[in-house]
Amino acid sequence: MNDLHDTTPALHGIMAEFTNADALVAAVRTARESGYTRMDGYSPYPVGEVADELGFPRSEIGAIMFIGGLCGATFGLLMQTWITVYDYPLNIGGKPFWSWPMYIPITWALLVLTASLSGLFGLLALCGLPQPYHPVFNVPQFKRATRDRFFICIESTDPNFGDGQGVKTFLAKLNPESIAEVPE
Amino acid sequence: MATVTEPATKGHVIQEIYPPHPEGLVGGNHNIVTLGDKIADVVIGGHTPKAWWGFFLFGFMLLQGLVVGLTYLFYMGTGVWGINQPVAWGLAIVNFVWWIGIGHAGTLISAILLLMHQKWRTSINRYAEAMTLFAVSCAGIFPLVHMGRPWVGYWIFPMPMNYGAWPQPRSPLMWDAFAVSTYLTVSLVFWYVGLIPDLAVLRDTAKNKLQRITYGMLSLGWRGSAYHWRRYEKLYLLLAGLGTPLVFSVHTIVSFDFAVAIVPLWHATIFPPFFVAGAIYSGFAMVVWLAVPLRHFYGMKDFITMKHMELCAKVMIATGLLVSFGYFCELWMGWYSHSEFEWSTTYQRIWAGPYWWSYWVLIFTNTVFPQLLWFKRIRTNELLLFIIAGSVHVGMWFERYVIIITLTRDHSPGAWGRYAPTEWDYAIMLGSVGLFITLFCLFIKFLPMISITEMREFLPFKQGGRDGHAVMENAK
Repeated sequence: MNDLHDTTPALHGIMAEFTNADALVAAVRTARESGYTRMDGYSPYPVGEVADELGFPRSEIGAIMFIGGLCGATFGLLMQTWITVYDYPLNIGGKPFWSWPMYIPITWALLVLTASLSGLFGLLALCGLPQPYHPVFNVPQFKRATRDRFFICIESTDPNFGDGQGVKTFLAKLNPESIAEVPE
Repeated sequence: MATVTEPATKGHVIQEIYPPHPEGLVGGNHNIVTLGDKIADVVIGGHTPKAWWGFFLFGFMLLQGLVVGLTYLFYMGTGVWGINQPVAWGLAIVNFVWWIGIGHAGTLISAILLLMHQKWRTSINRYAEAMTLFAVSCAGIFPLVHMGRPWVGYWIFPMPMNYGAWPQPRSPLMWDAFAVSTYLTVSLVFWYVGLIPDLAVLRDTAKNKLQRITYGMLSLGWRGSAYHWRRYEKLYLLLAGLGTPLVFSVHTIVSFDFAVAIVPLWHATIFPPFFVAGAIYSGFAMVVWLAVPLRHFYGMKDFITMKHMELCAKVMIATGLLVSFGYFCELWMGWYSHSEFEWSTTYQRIWAGPYWWSYWVLIFTNTVFPQLLWFKRIRTNELLLFIIAGSVHVGMWFERYVIIITLTRDHSPGAWGRYAPTEWDYAIMLGSVGLFITLFCLFIKFLPMISITEMREFLPFKQGGRDGHAVMENAK
């Protein structure tokens, strides 16, 4: 068969549906122990154990926000120093030009502001959001991923994926509600 | 092998009867599906209670006061207000501090109670955060228009401009501009981050294409991936960690507007803690005020239970006593300082001055009347709780009024004066109330008023949840 006329879309992965969070955690653990590495779990609310089992024990957000906050605070302190010591020195009640305790409130406000914004934009950038289209949305039952169902998706980039039949057989052993191919 | 089943989107009937929640924080018989449906249905179900129209039209009518008042103010200048010398800070600053104070409970509930593992925050944090945003927006209007030349309001921020002048970073007014705008931005970020998974819920339960597209765009394509959740929870926790000291710092800085000035009774170290306690006090009073209509007209009694109301009342009595201790300290310091000006201004404030009555209104509504909250029967009576919260709103407004009116009795009797707000002061004040009501009504109609995701996680295991608040444990 000529590939040009093959209308079957490429596979993003194979997805299995579970009714509770513990089943998803168990499924991800079994999949990892069976040698699968490229997969993701989907749940209507955060289930930390899933990320643990996926081998993502710690997010990058803390470091991003720390650096962001540090930059903001440094900028705030230097900006006020520049204004009051170098560019526009004013004698206010005989205080020294570099009266740094008075600069703390603005330095602090800028620390919080930049840390929060870098956290938000860091989250979006790392998660690749906004992303209105994603292959998992092609599966009809995935609608319930924001409702009451928990999904594991073993992705086709996994070295053990093959043509997907082995993955299907593997997932069926986990006793899921349903199994579906996820078209690209 | 299991077969592919069509998703059941409707008619989910609970067969099981769940035991009552051990802490009484969820009523009814809910699992994660019925809970989500009940909250989401307010937004996507298309049914608007009649009371909503009543509140909305009332708020929108009051909002016209703001429109007309501001138009006239911009046309004529700040002379239309009652401000004068010595009372250069009139109702504009009273209302600013009043609104900022109300705006503090949202972040307090979201952030501090989260850090303290308080499960009861879960069902009230969303609308309390919305309340914060709208209250801070109302507050922001006042200092801006009080400048007299609002079109150059941006001069308060340091910007390299060609005339080479900078604002004064040693001045609390510049601190205020940074603190309030940071607070508004961070509250907005916190609120929106919390909303993202809920917007995805609305996208997936939408009843028509417009809703699906709108909420789909707003949810940014959130799909509940485990990798995303891990980052999300960490961000949420860290925002709470930053928000907690931020709440305290913002109102501390607002109090510095007064405390840094060398005016008798203003120049006091008690001001920052006293202001922060007052802010939390009035914010919780507003949370109670908003909870009552949500419980009645939207049937949210299952989620905002009497237990929640009672806990809010307990926070009110605690912060109310802190505030009352502040009033006592002011009197004590006036007497004990042996400063002639401190004591004579105190004496004028409470007895000999023309505005002595406002001090006693404050003491009655803020200190005396709320003591009724000591009784459990009153804390659990919605009507009485509503009335007491209303008393706190009046009291907290008068607290700032009493502070402002101190300006009529400065050091030298030659500089004494009187102050009376005009109808334009009141038009803008009531207009800002209208703005708040209008924005809150729109929020109720178009966004989920209770966090669906967090409530689901909060439900016990048997009901499909994760039994409690897991954000802290999973945020890594």
